[in-house]
Amino acid sequence: MKTYLPNRFIVERDPARCIQCEVCVNQCSFDVNYRDADEDEVRSREENCVGCHRCVLFCPTRALNIRRTPLDYRENANWRPEIIEDIIRQAESGGILLTGMGTDKAHPIYWDRLVLNASQVTNPSIDPLREPMELRTYLGRKPDSLTVEPGSLALKTKLAPQVAIEVPILFSALSYGAVSINVHKSLARAATEMGTLFNTGEGGLHRKLYKYGANTICQVASGRFGVHPDYLNVGRILEIKIGQGAKPGIGGHLPGEKVSAEVAATRMIPKGTDALSPAPQHDIYSIEDLAQLISALKEATNYTKPVSVKIAAVHNAAAIASGIARAGADIIALDGIRGATGAAPKIIRDNVGIPIELAIAAVDTRLRQEGIRNQVSLIAAGGIRNSGDVIKAIALGADAVYIGTAALVALGCTVCQQCHTGKCAWGICTSDLRLTKRINPDIGAQRLVNLLRGWSLEIKEMLGGMGVNALESLRGNRLHLRGVGLTDTELEILGVKMAGA
Amino acid sequence: MTGKEPTSPAVTARDSVQIDAAGLTTQQLNDLLRRAVADGIKKIELRNVCGQRYIGTDLGQPVEIDIYGTPGNDLGSFMDGPRIRVHGNAQDGCGNTMNHGEIVVYGHAGDITGLSARDGKIFVRDYVGYRAAIHMKEYQERKPALVIGGTAQDFLGEYMAGGTVIVLGMELKPGEKHRARFIGTGMHGGAIYLRGEVEKYQLGKEVGVKELDDNDRAALGSLVGEFARHFSYEAEALLQGKFIKLVPLYLRPYGRLYAYG
Repeated sequence: MKTYLPNRFIVERDPARCIQCEVCVNQCSFDVNYRDADEDEVRSREENCVGCHRCVLFCPTRALNIRRTPLDYRENANWRPEIIEDIIRQAESGGILLTGMGTDKAHPIYWDRLVLNASQVTNPSIDPLREPMELRTYLGRKPDSLTVEPGSLALKTKLAPQVAIEVPILFSALSYGAVSINVHKSLARAATEMGTLFNTGEGGLHRKLYKYGANTICQVASGRFGVHPDYLNVGRILEIKIGQGAKPGIGGHLPGEKVSAEVAATRMIPKGTDALSPAPQHDIYSIEDLAQLISALKEATNYTKPVSVKIAAVHNAAAIASGIARAGADIIALDGIRGATGAAPKIIRDNVGIPIELAIAAVDTRLRQEGIRNQVSLIAAGGIRNSGDVIKAIALGADAVYIGTAALVALGCTVCQQCHTGKCAWGICTSDLRLTKRINPDIGAQRLVNLLRGWSLEIKEMLGGMGVNALESLRGNRLHLRGVGLTDTELEILGVKMAGA
Repeated sequence: MTGKEPTSPAVTARDSVQIDAAGLTTQQLNDLLRRAVADGIKKIELRNVCGQRYIGTDLGQPVEIDIYGTPGNDLGSFMDGPRIRVHGNAQDGCGNTMNHGEIVVYGHAGDITGLSARDGKIFVRDYVGYRAAIHMKEYQERKPALVIGGTAQDFLGEYMAGGTVIVLGMELKPGEKHRARFIGTGMHGGAIYLRGEVEKYQLGKEVGVKELDDNDRAALGSLVGEFARHFSYEAEALLQGKFIKLVPLYLRPYGRLYAYG
């Protein structure tokens, strides 16, 4: 069938600069750049270009540029080029449109409409360069009250397991199989160095990475891939994955092409078979069933680890979160509509779920109203882009945040949304050994450590500016936030005042 | 739920103990089991079990456990090694995500028996509930098996990715058909051997029916032999009658679902 799809990008090659070295040919995993044997010249098949810019950044003479080539359809606010081209793609394939990363649609980004406070005159700001600033966060269930031994003041209350993290930023679930072993290694090493945690996602943990167990969150999802007693015991926190922000309510299909020998060994499924994760966990049809799996995991690890439950932020997130807390979870992870994925139906990624900012506020408010906020830690995920988003999430009521896309961008990702193809030219979202070696775990870890260090410094500056010397004092303290350009209803749900008020 | 104060297990022989589970909470009972195994106990008899969950979950040893009474949900979930005999019925989630070991039920078992099991064997003398063997999987030498003496309910072997399920249909009267529907929906690995009649509409659209070959008969003979020994049946008699083998039609049932754009 002749395709009616136009090219998406133009590859501009400056002949004066191009030295015909073929770096671009070798770097492109989408079969764009090639040496034309007849003409003995490097050329480009522009129809294959996805705009990942790998060739541009690796061209030694900077001879390349990639530009968007929006076909100049007649102007139409309704039938936009993307909508036309999605229809063409489906008319030519008859399938569900797949995509990668988080939604690219213009859902309101409330982070950009929230502003932070700072001290002026009436209370002094604190200089974090000279005074201690506390970012340490303890994840886990906190007791309703504490009793201490009268004389020695020794703690008599038996505490649920607590996990200390030195920065309130964890690496979000990225499964081995979706991402490469070198990405997992980079995340694990960076988490260890920074005193935080990375999350295995649902594909198990490669045996070589068991040594990073103290900085690992081991996920248990509907496919139960690679879930066995060693795996459950090696991690610091166990996380039951109910849903994710990019695709609430549906499961996942890791295509057989990505199930290499090593991925197969870690997931414990035959090489080359599709790894199908059912939409629900079939032992969880209710809050009571969830309580049962939480207890089963605690039994399996002798009550030594906090259990987290991750849900996509959906309409009833607040009521669901209340149920999760009452089911015995120690941590609730909330993933908003802008959360990313290795592969999801585009229509679901772009249309299902609610923004994380509203979900944090709604859940925190509900748990406080019910007097059970202390029973769980709240981790917010889905669209955290910088330290400003982190600090706003915490002021809204989160204990910590997950970052996924931001971490991948630190590793080289340019958010070209081709994760589902398994051809990632940056060697991130692929199991093709030729590509995965493009991530050097030493350099990858360094880039991630640098990112977290930069954000930590910025958070301390912002905290100091507010006259706060511990993140704990900001948590859920929405008086430090004001809204700009928001409706009364939005302000009410967020629990913040309008700027100026 | 707060239980009574657990009493010390009664040592019945060297390496063996008897535990009275009456009034114990799940956590108290499993704590006693953990301690017994840590003390080197190899054989445990549990009396008066009544709804306690996750028995055998965190033991990680090839210890033998005889359960009298009714164990609760998730019996042997994530289990790695123990051999459990239930002298009674098992509830939902028996053998959930089991890694290794054996569960023999001298009665019936509930829904999702053997969910996501990766290895080990489950023998159920009577019937099982809905979604038995869902997402059972295998890897290299690890091959789980579920043998059911009676029948199963809908969605047997749903999403099954490996392992062996045998349904002997012993409680079916002559001429009576299996009642389960959507058998093997989404199945993409492993095999289900079914004795007795099913109609085409009862099968998931991702499974095909095959005649048994010699390899199948050998596998069947071995597992049915074990089943017969556990429950004192004649293996020969159980192997009579017509078996069909249900296998996945596609290794990638949902491969054509998507447009990679």
